[in-house]
Amino acid sequence: MEPGIALTLIILLPFVGSLCAAFLPSNARNAEAWLAGLVALGCAALTLAQYDQVADGVVLRVAVPWLPQAGLDFSLRMDGFAWLFALLVSFMGGLVVIYARYYLSPQDPVPRFFAFLLAFMGSMLGIVLSGNLIQLVVFWELTSFSSFMLIAYWYHRLDARQGARMALTVTASGGFCLLAGVIMLGTIAGSYDLERVLVAGATVRAHPWYPATLVLILLGALSKSAQFPFQFWLPHAMAAPTPVSAYLHSATMVKAGVFLLARLWPVLAGTDLWFWLVCGAGLASLLLGAVAALFERDMKGVLAYSTISHLGLITLLLGMNSPLALVAAIFHMMNHATFKATLFMAAGIVDHEAGTRDLRRLNGLASTMPITATVATVAAAAMAGVPLLNGFLSKEMFFAEAIFAGEGPLLRIGLPAVATLAGIFSVAYSLRLVHQVFFGPLAPDLPRTPREPARWMLAPGVLLVLACLLVGILPARTIGPGLALAVRSILGADTPPYSLVIWHGLTLPVVMSITALAGGVGLYLLRYFYGQRATGRSPVRAPLDGRRVFDILIVVLHRVAERMVRFASSRRQQSQLFLIVCAALVVGALPLLTGGLTPGPVPLAPIDPVYLLLWLAGCSCAVGAAMQAKFHRLAALIMLGGAGLFTGLTFAWFSAPDLALTQISVEVVTLVLLLLGLRWLPRRVELDDPDRSAPGARLRRARDLVVAVVIGSGLAALSFAVLTRTPLDRLARFYVEHALPDGGGRNVVNVILVDFRGFDTFGEITVVAIVALTVYALLRRFRPAPESIGIPRAQREGSPKGGLHGFDPQAQLPAGDLMIPAVLVRLLLPMAGLVAIYLLLRGHNAPGGGFVGGLVMATALVTQYMVGGAMWVEWRMRVHPQYWVALGLVAAGGAGMLAWVAGAPFLANTGTDVTVPLLGEVHLASVLLFDVGVYLVVVGATALMLVALAHQSFRSPRAT
Amino acid sequence: MEAFLAIAIGILSGSGIWLLLRPRTFQVIVGLALLSYAVNLFIFGTGRLRSGQAPIIAADSPVVVAGVADPVPQALVLTAIVIGFATTALLLVVLLAARGVTGTDHVDGREPQ
Repeated sequence: MEPGIALTLIILLPFVGSLCAAFLPSNARNAEAWLAGLVALGCAALTLAQYDQVADGVVLRVAVPWLPQAGLDFSLRMDGFAWLFALLVSFMGGLVVIYARYYLSPQDPVPRFFAFLLAFMGSMLGIVLSGNLIQLVVFWELTSFSSFMLIAYWYHRLDARQGARMALTVTASGGFCLLAGVIMLGTIAGSYDLERVLVAGATVRAHPWYPATLVLILLGALSKSAQFPFQFWLPHAMAAPTPVSAYLHSATMVKAGVFLLARLWPVLAGTDLWFWLVCGAGLASLLLGAVAALFERDMKGVLAYSTISHLGLITLLLGMNSPLALVAAIFHMMNHATFKATLFMAAGIVDHEAGTRDLRRLNGLASTMPITATVATVAAAAMAGVPLLNGFLSKEMFFAEAIFAGEGPLLRIGLPAVATLAGIFSVAYSLRLVHQVFFGPLAPDLPRTPREPARWMLAPGVLLVLACLLVGILPARTIGPGLALAVRSILGADTPPYSLVIWHGLTLPVVMSITALAGGVGLYLLRYFYGQRATGRSPVRAPLDGRRVFDILIVVLHRVAERMVRFASSRRQQSQLFLIVCAALVVGALPLLTGGLTPGPVPLAPIDPVYLLLWLAGCSCAVGAAMQAKFHRLAALIMLGGAGLFTGLTFAWFSAPDLALTQISVEVVTLVLLLLGLRWLPRRVELDDPDRSAPGARLRRARDLVVAVVIGSGLAALSFAVLTRTPLDRLARFYVEHALPDGGGRNVVNVILVDFRGFDTFGEITVVAIVALTVYALLRRFRPAPESIGIPRAQREGSPKGGLHGFDPQAQLPAGDLMIPAVLVRLLLPMAGLVAIYLLLRGHNAPGGGFVGGLVMATALVTQYMVGGAMWVEWRMRVHPQYWVALGLVAAGGAGMLAWVAGAPFLANTGTDVTVPLLGEVHLASVLLFDVGVYLVVVGATALMLVALAHQSFRSPRAT
Repeated sequence: MEAFLAIAIGILSGSGIWLLLRPRTFQVIVGLALLSYAVNLFIFGTGRLRSGQAPIIAADSPVVVAGVADPVPQALVLTAIVIGFATTALLLVVLLAARGVTGTDHVDGREPQ
């Protein structure tokens, strides 16, 4: 297989698998496990198949342009190091899937688990194989996210939710720093491409930005790998199901941090700053983790702290600026993954079978579950660094490096001493874990009777322990080639000679190992006989409890945010609106300071006295509406309609027939809408109003009046300046010239709407549809104010035979006072429908179109309701406005897709002119279908909103 | 004519702004409607004022760009009118619902002390 395809498949398979897993039934444990297992196996096989090429030193690459303008490609790259890690991730994934199949109980919803596990696997492989730094950060954040979802898998548990939130907050904030660091790194190196960054090491280290870049990248890497001072999230992440802990929080995700440090080692390492920062964090984590592990009472807690400690060891090695230490670090990454995953699996088995993970309650399980005990003991021995196991080898290399890394007496003696001390602790907690759980007399009061688990639940652990043994005994034959590949891909020609053998002779590291083993056993015995068996809290953890600091920080952050919000904003909308209006005034006035408002040279149009009369009426209406809107709502509404009418006639006057038609029909439906709303507003009488003459209110009104006058006169001046300046007609020219030849229509406005800017119109009718549905949804839960619920006074005192609920379904006409209008309105409906369709069809060549037609039709429908009452109308016809909206959107979208049939882009015009009797020439085209869609949406949405509001009147009889 | 239209825009927007700053929800709705008239007229005005020159191309005579009104502002305003209606409806319903929940039609959601 082509390597490019293989690389792409390695990334794609897990994500595709994740999607499939999400849609399987919730109890399909076996199907999920098969799917996930096969995906993992596939990735592992694909990775293995690349071995020959990678072993020849070829760097496999595949790149797809992503944002070429920004120099970003989606690029995958596999060298030896990436190969080794990809193999680890996919292989471990397979084992964890098998384990998880037996670990999860039948009640657990498995699709969510496996979907996120596979998504994690894909993201982790993405980190490992990224050939581009930005892309690496994207995958990095994806792992944080899937880790969050997996820790919170049992989201009914408080500790799971808290642990997940903490892990996400810490690692995602780290990821954010990493992004900043990577952008700086890319800027210094001149490219985000890993290949080019890796060769720019000297430039980067000499750059003045180097310290800042380094600190930011370290913040990302250290928080991900749970290193000091961010180590606190990892123990809380243990609320995750154990397979997740085994996979994410020991073998792979927490390795992403150290992976990145090793990946960028040729670029960033080699300076004193690197040495102090990385070694400092590593050393602190190494010791703190080891001590805390000795005192923890939860099995998984012990493992979490030991993970922090071992990752600290790896970080320390990476910080030493020595190629041999890098070899040891990579070696230990692999070894740690094998034995720690095994131990987690064993802890999960113990939890599963005995019902508890508490070290104080567990004892003597070896008698009932011997295989689990053996597996765990061997893995713990590997963790302690017992000879003939893989942990011993990397620990020896660590001791050797600790001796040679430092300069000066403090480091020369201090570093080996601390390393030995950490070794002692490591032996002690490993011993404690195994001894307390598996040896001694069987604990009598366990929640469940322990026994060996299902064979397949044990299999992954057994396999990993065998790997520990094999690597421990025959290192050069097993891990040797892979390790060599990885090291060579990072160090290239600088690869130091090293030998993977068990016995180097009686050297200082061997002495340190023996000291650590003996000291560890001694320490454990001391603690066993003199201390309590487990206190649950380490003496060094209390003052350095990261969790407390984290909680305090979060609380402080919330308080500060609250203060800021209280300071910077108001809960009172009236003052907010005032600020917004003032801000708009300032922003609008600023450019006028430089540009001025002088009128232009366009000759003024002659004044027409008829228009002047219209103008007078319109302006009076506007002012009247403004004055009456508080106490005389109906009058204000009528005057609002007057102002709207003036607007519409102005459009008609100045050559915009389409606008005039639309404005006038919208005016009708708006008025009906507001009339319907009036019913639900409280009574307001001018003389009753107490705060009318309060000095504060007077002041506010004066202030608002000034603002309104200033904005009004400003806009008037601005309008006059615009109206008299010479227009730029480039756009107009284009549309007028191209409307007929390209759009096939003579009404340029309509051609723009349905053809040139069809996509905008499509978006707009979608918005209208969404608004209509929102109105409908809001009104379903509408709770009117108590005093509005009764039948309105006018209806109560008005005609006794009328009313909404006393109707006779058989009557030819609705009962009520409006008998003649009722007859006329029934006759009007077909006529109005005809006019609406006429307007719709002629729209492309003459004033009209879908918007106007739809509004006319909606008005006719609403008139039926107004005169007949909702019950009488709906007894005779069901309008189903939702269907109109849906059909309209389908028609408009379908018209757009018709263009695809003709091989043109979405919404391109296709069709011909047809002459229809009586109508004349009709442009039968996809744009007509599109306009029909607009029409249907407008009819449906308008009717839906108005009818939903009208239906609220049924609430009152029902409520009383 | 230009001056009259400019003054009309000023009066419409001034009335709208005044109502926008008032305390009662109905006033705000009416204010927004007036303001949208003003804005629509302004945008329409950027195409300049012409009478009897609708942007409709005659069937048989050649296209004269200078002979018709600018269609671009008209297309912009046409959809703005319809969207304006939809958002007015949404605002009305939200305010009615708020009145049901808070028991007041003050825009702040509570009566002033």
